[in-house]
Amino acid sequence: MRIKVDAEKCEGHSRCYSLAPELVDVDDLGNAFELNDGEVPPELEDRARLIVDNCPEFAILITEE
Amino acid sequence: MTDTRNPVEDLAGDYDIFDPGYVTDPVPAWAELRGRCPIAHTERWGGSWLPTRYDDVQALAKMVPELSSANPGPIVVDVPEELRRPEREGYNGASPISADPPEQTWTRRALLPHFTPRAIAPQREFTKVLCNELIDGLIENGGCDGAVDYAQQIPPRVIAHKLGVSGDMVDDFIEWVRGVLELGLTRPELRVKYGDIIRDFFAAEVIDRRQNPRDDLITALCQTEVDGELLPDEVVIGMCNLQLVAGIDTTWSSIGSALWHFSTHEDDRRRMADADDDLWDTAIEELLRFYSPVTMARTVMEPVEIGGVCLGVGDKVLMNFPGANHDPEVFDYPDTVILDRQRNRHIAFGAGIHRCAGSNLARMEMEVSLRTWFERIPEFTLTDPGAVTWAGGQVRGPRTLPLAFG
Repeated sequence: MRIKVDAEKCEGHSRCYSLAPELVDVDDLGNAFELNDGEVPPELEDRARLIVDNCPEFAILITEE
Repeated sequence: MTDTRNPVEDLAGDYDIFDPGYVTDPVPAWAELRGRCPIAHTERWGGSWLPTRYDDVQALAKMVPELSSANPGPIVVDVPEELRRPEREGYNGASPISADPPEQTWTRRALLPHFTPRAIAPQREFTKVLCNELIDGLIENGGCDGAVDYAQQIPPRVIAHKLGVSGDMVDDFIEWVRGVLELGLTRPELRVKYGDIIRDFFAAEVIDRRQNPRDDLITALCQTEVDGELLPDEVVIGMCNLQLVAGIDTTWSSIGSALWHFSTHEDDRRRMADADDDLWDTAIEELLRFYSPVTMARTVMEPVEIGGVCLGVGDKVLMNFPGANHDPEVFDYPDTVILDRQRNRHIAFGAGIHRCAGSNLARMEMEVSLRTWFERIPEFTLTDPGAVTWAGGQVRGPRTLPLAFG
């Protein structure tokens, strides 16, 4: 699985970071970016779906299942 | 102004956000409106529009510059011309919440680095110690007012600590903020009076920090440069004003609502008494969704057609984030608290460029205050449902909450 944060949509809520700091980090404004080129280890796939489903800006996408 | 003693006969054209029934439980009104008039209108309290669908609130939150935030405080009655302080409004008022781009953009960039998850981390230990001290002081009594003795005591002290002002000022901060956001909503002269008190207080603090820099947020803002120039005093004072007005009764309302929920929903209380980290993660977000405290407002700058209505220039739109978070099109079983809810794109902190700057701090305060409470007081109940009082309007939450322990 692979995820991608859409920087145009992200407004820095940082909810993804609070739920899955293994998958995303945030910059000085709270805006998120994916770690490890967005690659999601198998044991964190549920977490990845959780951050997708909790983003209020619809800014995180699963680009590869 | 409409006589508010008139009972509401038709929500779609005459809702009243100060109606006691609406303040206590607005969920039925939102459900009715979503079904037959998703963007309602009222002439009460200066006139406003009330969207109730998630998609409409999301769309409105992103309408910049069609909708302006430059006068965001008064979700209801405007301040009369003779009481206005134009030099203390707009981006001087409480940036970035009171600004539109371009000023909103640079003031937000100046403030946000102080509220990232890492930047607020030092407040976590302070908050935990504080919560334990508060509980030390009340646990032997066998009960307390969960709103006044606990929830209300936490955010003012955390904000004071972050700003770098004396914790002894907490009672004053509470009075000032309630003066602006509660009493002042329907009484503009009080809003102006307490707004002046807050600004005068921070004006003195800013003068002090320019001369005696310290390791605190006021100093950091005083030293912040934008395009090679220090932030003007008026902007720093406005930002401090924002910390107080937006950072105190919002979060105490969320903590109080959560205590109300667990004191009246025994199954959920028992579940949280044994909760693991994963359940706390989702539970905090679910409580934020269900009991979203904050309704903001925008002013229409260009005509907008949305949801079957046309918003005219000068109209007020209430940013009904709490109502959006109960939309069944987006949330399964929206009117039930589901502590392990997985799909939860709630907008309790708003959406778009004005999303709450302090959201990470608020989330931490909620988590630490509730976890500490549950560690010390896992069993508690509401003693007298009739004694519970709620404040509403711009910020909704319990103001009296009699609890018994054990």
